[in-house]
Amino acid sequence: MASTLEELIGKKVSVICGDGRCLIGTLKGYDQVQNIVLSETHERAFSLDSPVELIDLGLYIVRGDNLAIIGELDEEEDAKVDLGSVRAEPLKPVMHTAL
Amino acid sequence: KHIAIELKNDLILTGTLHSVDQYLNMKLSTVSVVGEERYPQLGGMKNVFVRGSVVRYIQLPKGEVDVELLQDATRKENAPKKISEKS
Repeated sequence: MASTLEELIGKKVSVICGDGRCLIGTLKGYDQVQNIVLSETHERAFSLDSPVELIDLGLYIVRGDNLAIIGELDEEEDAKVDLGSVRAEPLKPVMHTAL
Repeated sequence: KHIAIELKNDLILTGTLHSVDQYLNMKLSTVSVVGEERYPQLGGMKNVFVRGSVVRYIQLPKGEVDVELLQDATRKENAPKKISEKS
């Protein structure tokens, strides 16, 4: 059973990076090592004290090494969330060696 | 099959395993975040692709795992090595 990103091409996706960052964009391309190309990308920076910060990034390439999760963004569900009122801890970075 | 994946960033996801590859990259459908769902970062996601390198553990339902079969298979994998060591 091949696990590829084929079905997500052209779709709006939410990407969680190895450093805990959350990026949202349209998946333009990918390769066998999960390097990805995202267009119209923006980052959602969450924090406990302030509202979600949206940072526009444009055309982005994310190296596969730094990728943790890619998921198709359900725009209906996402529209229900009022980002201004969300307070959340930023995601932890991926630790390949546990301490 | 329904599984739970614990990731190296301490997130726990549950969902139905759609596919898996040689690197243990996985695709899950109907995903939910067990890790206290205080992670709105993953709010709008239903189907996800999880890179194998970020997985710490995969939790399988107890009834789904045939432990004896696994033990036999592992034994057989290790057996040829033992014979060559002896000689």
